[in-house]
Amino acid sequence: MIQFILRRLLQVIPVFLGTTLLVYFMVFALPGDPIRALFGDRPPSEAVIAALRQQYNLDQPFWVQYGLFLKNLFTFNLGVDFTGQPIAATLGRVFPVTVMLAIEALVIQAVFGIGFGLIAGLRKGKIFDSSVLLASLVVIAIPIFVLGFVLQLVFGVYLGWAKPTVGTDVSWSTLLLPAFALALVSFAYVLRLTRASVIENSTADYVRTATAKGLSRPRVVMAHILRNSMIPVVTYLGASLGGLMGGAIVTEGIFNVPGVGQKLYQAILRSEGPTVVAIVSVLVLVFVIANLLVDLLYAWLDPRIRYEK
Amino acid sequence: MRFARTSKALGIVAIAALALTGCGAGGGSNDGASQSAGDPSKVITAYSNEPQNPLLPANTNEVYGGRVVELLFEGLTSYDPSGQSVNALAESIESPDGQNYTIKVKSGTKFTNGEEVTAKSFVDAWNFAALSTNAQANSSFFESIEGYDAVSATKKEGETEVPAPTSQTLSGLVLKDDTTIEVKLTQPEADWPLRLGYTAFMPLPSQAIADPKAFGENPVGNGPYKMAKEGAWQHDSQIELVKNEDYAGPREAKNGGVTFKFYTDPAPAYTDIQANNLDVTDVLPTNALKTYTTDFPENHLNKPYAGNSTLNIPGYLPEFQGEAGKLRRQAISMAINRDEITKVIFSGTRIPAKDFTSPAVDGYNDNVEGSEVLKFDAAKAKEAWDKANAISPWPADKTLQLAYNTDGGNKEWIDAVANNLKNNLGIQAEGQPFAKFAEILDLRKAQTLPGFTRAGWQADYPSLYNFLGPLLKTGASANYEGYSNPEFDKLLDEGLGAKSTDDANAKFTEAQEILFQDLPNLPLWYSARQVVWSQNVTNVDSGWNGVIQYYNITAK
Amino acid sequence: MKSNQDTTHFVAPIEETPLLATDAVKTDQAPLSLWADAWRKLRRRPLFIVSAVMILVILVVAFFPGLFTQTAPNDNCQLANSDGAPSAGHPFGFTFQGCDVYARVIYGTQASVMVGVFAVIGVLIIGVTLGALAGFYGGWVDSVIARLGDIFFALPLVLGALVVTQLPFFRENKSVWTVIMIIVLLAWPQMARLTRGAVIEVRNADFITAARSLGVSRIQSLIKHVLPNALAPIIVLATMELGVFIVLEATLSFLGIGLPGSIMSWGNDISAAQSSIRTNPAVLLYPAAALSITVLSFIMLGDALRDALDPKSRQR
Repeated sequence: MIQFILRRLLQVIPVFLGTTLLVYFMVFALPGDPIRALFGDRPPSEAVIAALRQQYNLDQPFWVQYGLFLKNLFTFNLGVDFTGQPIAATLGRVFPVTVMLAIEALVIQAVFGIGFGLIAGLRKGKIFDSSVLLASLVVIAIPIFVLGFVLQLVFGVYLGWAKPTVGTDVSWSTLLLPAFALALVSFAYVLRLTRASVIENSTADYVRTATAKGLSRPRVVMAHILRNSMIPVVTYLGASLGGLMGGAIVTEGIFNVPGVGQKLYQAILRSEGPTVVAIVSVLVLVFVIANLLVDLLYAWLDPRIRYEK
Repeated sequence: MRFARTSKALGIVAIAALALTGCGAGGGSNDGASQSAGDPSKVITAYSNEPQNPLLPANTNEVYGGRVVELLFEGLTSYDPSGQSVNALAESIESPDGQNYTIKVKSGTKFTNGEEVTAKSFVDAWNFAALSTNAQANSSFFESIEGYDAVSATKKEGETEVPAPTSQTLSGLVLKDDTTIEVKLTQPEADWPLRLGYTAFMPLPSQAIADPKAFGENPVGNGPYKMAKEGAWQHDSQIELVKNEDYAGPREAKNGGVTFKFYTDPAPAYTDIQANNLDVTDVLPTNALKTYTTDFPENHLNKPYAGNSTLNIPGYLPEFQGEAGKLRRQAISMAINRDEITKVIFSGTRIPAKDFTSPAVDGYNDNVEGSEVLKFDAAKAKEAWDKANAISPWPADKTLQLAYNTDGGNKEWIDAVANNLKNNLGIQAEGQPFAKFAEILDLRKAQTLPGFTRAGWQADYPSLYNFLGPLLKTGASANYEGYSNPEFDKLLDEGLGAKSTDDANAKFTEAQEILFQDLPNLPLWYSARQVVWSQNVTNVDSGWNGVIQYYNITAK
Repeated sequence: MKSNQDTTHFVAPIEETPLLATDAVKTDQAPLSLWADAWRKLRRRPLFIVSAVMILVILVVAFFPGLFTQTAPNDNCQLANSDGAPSAGHPFGFTFQGCDVYARVIYGTQASVMVGVFAVIGVLIIGVTLGALAGFYGGWVDSVIARLGDIFFALPLVLGALVVTQLPFFRENKSVWTVIMIIVLLAWPQMARLTRGAVIEVRNADFITAARSLGVSRIQSLIKHVLPNALAPIIVLATMELGVFIVLEATLSFLGIGLPGSIMSWGNDISAAQSSIRTNPAVLLYPAAALSITVLSFIMLGDALRDALDPKSRQR
């Protein structure tokens, strides 16, 4: 087991190099001169442009730029972005916020998704099942900018139950509303995945055996049906972290959450290679670790699963 | 020029313009001093966004840094709400010929660190800003001063590297004594003193030049406000300013301070104002343009300011050459229903254009000869289009593309203009979206954009010339579409060299008549600033350049 | 069966009853294949029939929009009609730009359905193949595929889309296929991970061991026995993604990296409704409803298919 985990952690190295190289190259390949763009419609003198280009190493060929980035990285110096801010400080600011938001959203979608999915699966074809189907359709078809906006208006302005925006005031309670909006889409996935697995497992032999043994219904449901239905759900939850952390651009915008999504988006639009790569590198670490956890959970959920060596 | 990357930030006014355009400001309880002021020590919260550059005045070329720097610094002149330039720290600015200026600086004022503001504070700051190796965004504002070429060398034909500057200071900028500055320009420019209120020309204390990096984080100025403390700029979060008690100028703060809260999207700020969570915002989400007057029946403002939007026609497009090209430009201009688009798409938050400048600047004329081409007339448009086709036919399968950047709320009006062209000229037209502003800029610079492009301009200082020279003079820095007409250039030069402002403005108006003949771009509408504010504050108004007069806001 | 010749007093002789015929096990006939069996069950299920009819209608609308409306959707959009209420010949009213909502919904079907369906097919082909291989073989195959997935996971959608649309080929030919390509490229890892998880769950089951010991090759056992038992989550993910991809197209188009403005799609209209949500939320309703109905049809089809394919309830 230890060996398995160690081997997985070692795989981080090629993934990390691959990702940084790929992302750095993509930013490099982006159209639009990032320095000129800093000046809008009124161009500065050529001399100023040349000075800035030199300052950010943009006058160097791709391999030199990437090499400099790696060199800086291994000396724990992420450099500065186009606004002159140290990138390390930026990461230190945005990641804690995003991690809080993602955890909250993950808990919300897991609790509600699995709960509702279980009930819907056990009562397949009944009213509850049909209503949650309808709810998932709504969540899929109505974009987040509308759902988030409505949540904000209703709970933040009309009812006044929550602060409509987060801004400088980052806490578990202010992040609740955006976490809810963020969890909505993934919630529909979790729900339907749980439902499908529950339906399938309800007819499995071991469930019939358990029932025949005289186990109480709650025990059968929790220990046998639910536990055995968790593999696709856990897989999905692990995979959805990406969307929750790096892709929450719209939700973060609506609720003014100073998180990773907005920062990443801005950095891409400004072609700020080092910032983009720094953020993506952290994200990649998160994915690798999340996927490792998911794999370990497999073995716990289904004792038949064994990892060689 | 100061621009909002997203151009979501638009908007301001000259009072004079209101009368001219008949576009009233929204009902607001901003009749100034007559209002009883509330607690004058209360801090106001305002919408803003993370400034893009360190807060050095000469390095601040976008709106979010600009509004902070304007409050932190006081220059030789400042602009009153109507856009008139008035002396602030300048005792006098005199010139016998429009080329040699003598500036007398008031003595006895101080930076908030106790250092005295003298003529040297200005000369050193300007030399610092102009020197290209300091890479200050606004360095080109000093290009009129003699010796600029030596401090900011430009690439010559055939050179691959930009040569290093040959001098560290501007030869045309001379420090006479503690209160006197002498300036020599490379050519007469009558409107030069008008620029001195722009942030690029602010004075700096000596510590700024010694360590610009540290200074940009914690600037020390001489304006109505100062940074609340070391580290008052909390990145990606807010900037806290407090009243500078020692300030004694025309812009004295009527509140205890201003905290700029950062929002990456204007929508949540609007919601925060509805919830009285934020005091004032000057950028409305596009979906609130229709409702802001009913959401804030008392607390809103809609005032034009010195900015405009145009549709630019690249000079190299084959279909737009010669006589046929001229007819097509006219046809397209007349096919666009500016009145309807500003009314329906913008809900009256833009004003249909009548010329190439803005009503917010002195010398504006809404009846320049040839300006009737900006009036909607579907029949005449079609007629001109057909005439052009008789000369050289429009390619049957051609779609006219209108380039725009998607991060600035442009899609709606671009679509509307495309529909105008389809319906009135019977051609195919569609928006050409670009995710990045820089992409369009690159294509414009390389002269490879396949169709028209949107463009916006916000004046740096209130002058007709600022709308014409930088954009349309042959070889001018922002003349991406490559327009060139020697007659137009000549009139601009004559205007700059004119003895009086009126003479100058007459020349500029004459120059515009040529533009209406050539139509290098199609003026669409003038910008206006919309502001909404919470129940907690009053006395909200905006200036000629669209920036809110934060210092005048009082708590209720 | 034991002979009951002695009890002729009580019941008819067995030769005279249909019992023998009923109880006989036909061994000469080949067992029905999984798919044939599923099809036999499927075609009798009302859920399947209803969803199939709905999908058929959607396809007809998609490819023959002219049958359903006389109004050309993109011509004659007049601002005078902006956000106008329904009127004769315009049953759903008008958009912000003054275009006919009904015609736009009808004409938007083709691009939206194509993006949804083909992107899902693409994701299924790449994601299921790679995921199944990774889960079934484990070891280095798994490591390589899973880590590759991690890299793609970390690629921000906007960045990927911006770069892909810049490739000379796509720059000149912005079309539905560009969008499908981008979506498939960035969305396959999720499907791969889910498939991998499901395969890992099944691969150790007794019946797989049994099949292997009976001499079924590894690849055959993967295709014939492992995959069918791992289908449920794949179907769920695929049907949900269908809808999400259609909306995703809107996001890309909104950013200027999706479909050109002249190609209509529900997604485009849904994101255009953003400017009207405070004043005329109804314009959002129709494209969103069309999208919902489409997704619902596919979810129902998926459900029916899953039931029919479920090996645990399979006839033998």
